[in-house]
Amino acid sequence: MSSPLPSATNKQGQSETQQASTLHHSEVRIRPEEVRAYDDSSRKPVLLAFFLALVWLLVGTVLGDLSSFKFDRPDLLTEQAYLTFGRLRPAHLNVMVYGWASTAMFAVSLWLMPRLCRTTLRWQFAAVSGILVWTLGLGIGLVLLLAGVSDGLEWLELDRYWADPLLVLGASLVGASIWKTLGARQVQHLYVSVWYIAASYPWFAIIFIAGNLPIFKGVESAAVNWFYAHNALGLWLTTVNLGLIYYLLPKIIGRPIYSYWLSLVGFWGLALFYALNGMHHLIGGPLPSWMIATSITASIMMIIPVVAVGINQHMTVVGRFGAMRYSPALTLAVIAAMSYTAVSLQGILTALASVNRITHFTHWTIAHSHLGLYMFVTLSLFGGMYYILPRVLGREWPSPRLIRAHILLAGGGMVLYVLALGIGGVLQGLSLMNPGEAFEISVAQTKPWLLLRSVSAVIISAGHLIFVYHCWRLAYSSRQGHAQHPPFFELKPVLVKKGSAS
Amino acid sequence: MTRLLVLIMGALATVMFALIVLVIMPRTMLADIKAPEQLKPLSALEARGRQIYISNGCIYCHTQQVRDSNFTADVSKGLGNRPSVPADYVNDAPHLLGTMRTGPDLFNVGSRLPDQNWQLVHLYQPRALVPWSIMPAFPFLFEHKAKAGPNEKTLNLPPAYAPREGVVVVSKDAEAIVAYLLSLKHAYPAPGNDLTKEIAND
Repeated sequence: MSSPLPSATNKQGQSETQQASTLHHSEVRIRPEEVRAYDDSSRKPVLLAFFLALVWLLVGTVLGDLSSFKFDRPDLLTEQAYLTFGRLRPAHLNVMVYGWASTAMFAVSLWLMPRLCRTTLRWQFAAVSGILVWTLGLGIGLVLLLAGVSDGLEWLELDRYWADPLLVLGASLVGASIWKTLGARQVQHLYVSVWYIAASYPWFAIIFIAGNLPIFKGVESAAVNWFYAHNALGLWLTTVNLGLIYYLLPKIIGRPIYSYWLSLVGFWGLALFYALNGMHHLIGGPLPSWMIATSITASIMMIIPVVAVGINQHMTVVGRFGAMRYSPALTLAVIAAMSYTAVSLQGILTALASVNRITHFTHWTIAHSHLGLYMFVTLSLFGGMYYILPRVLGREWPSPRLIRAHILLAGGGMVLYVLALGIGGVLQGLSLMNPGEAFEISVAQTKPWLLLRSVSAVIISAGHLIFVYHCWRLAYSSRQGHAQHPPFFELKPVLVKKGSAS
Repeated sequence: MTRLLVLIMGALATVMFALIVLVIMPRTMLADIKAPEQLKPLSALEARGRQIYISNGCIYCHTQQVRDSNFTADVSKGLGNRPSVPADYVNDAPHLLGTMRTGPDLFNVGSRLPDQNWQLVHLYQPRALVPWSIMPAFPFLFEHKAKAGPNEKTLNLPPAYAPREGVVVVSKDAEAIVAYLLSLKHAYPAPGNDLTKEIAND
């Protein structure tokens, strides 16, 4: 598969693209061989990162399931310290955020940049080593976490001396490859996905280092903790995935982004306001009230970039939603984009003091974080994998039925999850707010909803198993060589039974 | 956008702005806060208990903060006699404010549940004392032995939860975490000259 183009063709291709870069971008035409050269240049790190991401996805799923079951059966697996809830839960979070999502995001960024910059991936070796160093760091951090070594800050549990330096080095190496490719670009205009992805790497390095400095005490430590934890979502997970969605939607539908201006508002609005949101995790807490007020204000201001991105992406797809039937990647990207709007509006709502006094400290927060990290981030990454893997491997997904099952189980399971914990969280919060009710009642009212969450966890896990099995079949299927047609050409409608498609 | 410089400088400017507002400025402003006289530094055993609290992830279900009474029922529910203030936390690194109340708040647990034996049994098996509890049991903080050694403390368990043979011995770690929990008392009045107070009085 790794058939590098003869250097002559390569040179010719480059001179042609240079010529093309003087054209208006709507007149640029790209030849399939050229695109294949870009994809081949990023093939190694992309496949490596997707493989590792899938391994972490399975590990994180097991950790999440066990954590959930322990709410229903608190005496389940209590004999060993490393299986206690208070270690499995942060292990689940760290594996999903840094293992599954971040590693898959490396693959997505490394695959998108050459295509969007119209050049081959630079410093491929740095990208590959970055992914490996990152994985090593996370592995060390995870083992230490389960052994009881934790920095004690949510989202920053991984050991700051043994694990975190490796994570910073790994992300920086991948980021170096991204920025080097960007510097060698053959296009004049930077597409919106490039802004999001390229900015995410320096952002991540800055917030992660700031969050891990061992110099903070008392409420400062809380402020830095939530400055980081919120921005890990806002300036890392969100941004790379918005970049991916901005690529997938117009590409699959075949028409340009609705508004360049809205893209700009969405990007710079997010950069400015999201970074200030963190203290809304500490509303009512012992921090100087101006800090919390700043974050509540910034949270409300988030309505500007969120609505801008929401309108922009919706108007890009509107009238073509039917195309979702033919493309699992589009289906997932659309659901993810809508979830981004939904989770952001929910977040703004939750930051309002009148709502927060009920939902703070409850499972509502967990429902909210899963709406963000799963319905938005994870579904977007699934969509990305459905789109990218066939192009990198040069063959089509073997089974539309498995795709359908995966999307229905993962999406449906997570809808159930968010509803169950959302309702349970509000009931819990109302009970915690009521001075006349004993604490016991808040626990009793949450229990059935926690059980329902465990049910949804099992459904989602089944979806993950199917997806990983399908990826394995794709990777090892006997059909070799490049597909004759574009991948979605052969795909039967997804989510719709035969005949019902009008 | 066509220029990388605009992208990178803009991206750095926004995140640095947030860093200055939410991290660097508070750090200088909060630097003057002194520990209240009545807030005792942790003993060696209590500090060890705090580490056990961290390594076993107690923060994922328990908070250590009493919120503003104008806004929540924390004080009227007996979590403390006043909302907590930054000065209460000056010795905490890392902070253990917490974000979930799957279990009750622990800011004043040392005053609310001061019995050491109750705490030990509750750690060994929460449901032996609180039937509706969904807290995990922590048997790994205890040792199951045929006989207790000369200086070892044994647990006095209800028959339903006691082992058939032998005794349950309290480990140093269990002793430490209970010492830490019992040290969590913040009954003293909120110290004056506090940043939150100043702003509230404005």
